[in-house]
Amino acid sequence: MNTPVTIYVPGDASACSLGADRVALAIEAEAARAGRAVRIVRNGSRGLFWLEPLVEVATQAGRVAYGPVAAGDVPKLLAAGMLEGGTHALRLGDIQAHPYLASQQRLTGERLGIVDPASLDDYLAKGGYAGLEAALAMQPLDIVRAITESGLRGRGGAAFPTGIKWQTVHDQRAAQKYITCNADEGDSGTFSDRMLMEGDPFALIEGMTIAGIAVGATQGYIYLRVEYPHAARALARAIVIARARNHLGDNIRGSGKRFDIAVRLGAGAYICGEETSMLESLEGRRGEVRVRPPLPAIKGLFGQPTVVNNVVTLATVPIVLARGAQHYKEFGTGKSRGTIPLQLAGNVKQGGLVERAFGLTVKELVYDYGGGSASGRPVRAVQIGGPLGAYLPASEFDTPLEYEALAAKNALLGHGGVVVFDDHVNMARMARYALEFCAVESCGKCTPCRIGSTRGVELMDRIIAGRADSSRNGAQTADLALLDELCDTMFNGSLCGLGGMTPFPVRSAMKYFPEDFQRPG
Amino acid sequence: MNNEAEKIRSSVASAVQKFAGEPGPLLEILHAVQNELGCVPADAVPQIADALNLSRAEVHGVVSFYHHFREYAPGRYVVQLCRAEACQAMNARALEEYVRGKLRLNFGETTPDGRITLEPVYCLGNCACAPSMMVNGELHGRVTPESFGAIAKEWGVS
Repeated sequence: MNTPVTIYVPGDASACSLGADRVALAIEAEAARAGRAVRIVRNGSRGLFWLEPLVEVATQAGRVAYGPVAAGDVPKLLAAGMLEGGTHALRLGDIQAHPYLASQQRLTGERLGIVDPASLDDYLAKGGYAGLEAALAMQPLDIVRAITESGLRGRGGAAFPTGIKWQTVHDQRAAQKYITCNADEGDSGTFSDRMLMEGDPFALIEGMTIAGIAVGATQGYIYLRVEYPHAARALARAIVIARARNHLGDNIRGSGKRFDIAVRLGAGAYICGEETSMLESLEGRRGEVRVRPPLPAIKGLFGQPTVVNNVVTLATVPIVLARGAQHYKEFGTGKSRGTIPLQLAGNVKQGGLVERAFGLTVKELVYDYGGGSASGRPVRAVQIGGPLGAYLPASEFDTPLEYEALAAKNALLGHGGVVVFDDHVNMARMARYALEFCAVESCGKCTPCRIGSTRGVELMDRIIAGRADSSRNGAQTADLALLDELCDTMFNGSLCGLGGMTPFPVRSAMKYFPEDFQRPG
Repeated sequence: MNNEAEKIRSSVASAVQKFAGEPGPLLEILHAVQNELGCVPADAVPQIADALNLSRAEVHGVVSFYHHFREYAPGRYVVQLCRAEACQAMNARALEEYVRGKLRLNFGETTPDGRITLEPVYCLGNCACAPSMMVNGELHGRVTPESFGAIAKEWGVS
């Protein structure tokens, strides 16, 4: 038998949603028919989703990509010599050289789509665990200092300085501390957590382990949303391997240090992405928001000092330690240091993952990377930062995607998702949806959110109907004023970001797209 | 004791045995029971409450809080249609209308023959390949009325 040819067919959920599993089966079957030995690796996605399923073949001249490949293309691809990198209409060549990737600055996602997520050896061969090795040679407080100096801020959305959070947990005296990873990535338009967990799960495991050693925690929990079965499988597999090879457990890499991780599944509640609600859920209760203080860093999971960090944040920790805080800090602008994995989604030609130093403008992202709308119609709006993020019109597309510049526009970067809408969008309907979503997902603990969202939906129904009702000129104006007042109450009176931030999409839609709310002419 | 009650009893017992030693085990237990029975039946609640030294109200409160947990078993095919913004930007509203009409179901309903349950879902993390749908854990991207029709044929929907 000839030496097997290694073929990469992404096992990423999005690639699978476009038929990657069928492609993998077809390649196996066709290769067997041709008497060729192949080894299929189910890698993560590179994040160029319009090219998925993106198949890569390891040839003597490097990896050669083909995409988007359908199962039905496979016989012809093999006949064209795909196993040797042969020419075919779907051949893309070296995908790393693709402008979409070549122009990116991948740090957190540097192994995405490259590494075999089921192989610790592959992770080690590609620089994995260099961060932990560095950390093991440092005093815990120096690890915390390195994270602080790197300028890394929470990538889940709140952008709180990670080092300061770690410092607080480090400074507590407690019999048990915890590292919790918030993997309840519920924001529409975001998928970077999912891609990392599926495509490079050991990076998250390594990051959590470093966090544990830094603050003195021996137990970690990954709170994963139940909507992510692919990620659940990838994490479970990686944790078993890490444990079997002493990269988790009682003697991590022979250091005598102890750390372990359990995955806990959520149950379809958006609110559990809020950190105190996530802790309640991890404790087995209704995901109702806790009143702060006390901060989770002081009194968190089971009443113990707890680090709560997002997947991207924790998966970024290894590279900060491996290459140094200074190296990481050199990327970015102002108080937004390092890189941000932006996620480009919705009505866009070339959706995907774009990891860049902070500072890329919306325009560059939507047009240079995204290639404009998928429908070919003019782009009318983007929503940045998930369902609680503001809508921006085309006139604001020069805004750089970094924390402070967006805050100045009453907008937020959140978890880095950018959803594109063409000119068919009705912004009054989107405002109504924001309130409806808040009503569906409200935990019910505070009144502004629980009642306000429902009253808001009713108001929006009147406003939408009122646009066509000529007898309502004055009433329409009054309802819009009332909606603004309701937003004010929700913004100032809600316990957490769900009720408190729902006004962002609503008010930005009203501000930038008044023609969708007011009576015509 | 009838068959159904015995099934619930043994499912709860094995879930409790597996997870009761862990801290904060209630969600883990509910997941295990639902994975086995397709739902968390009302009759399971007192038994779970007893085992964890919680009140029935506390357990019921948790079951009813989370969208994922259900009191009654769903159809053989659980169709979850994404309603979130990225999918809306790619005509998910029109797809939703089409699917409801095709299956003659509203969200939360099951076909009379018990084959198909239709549910809303708020983001499947497949936002660059919208609109999205998940069927029994299998994710589908760029769903159109045509591609939905082809998939629905496999469930016996013509």
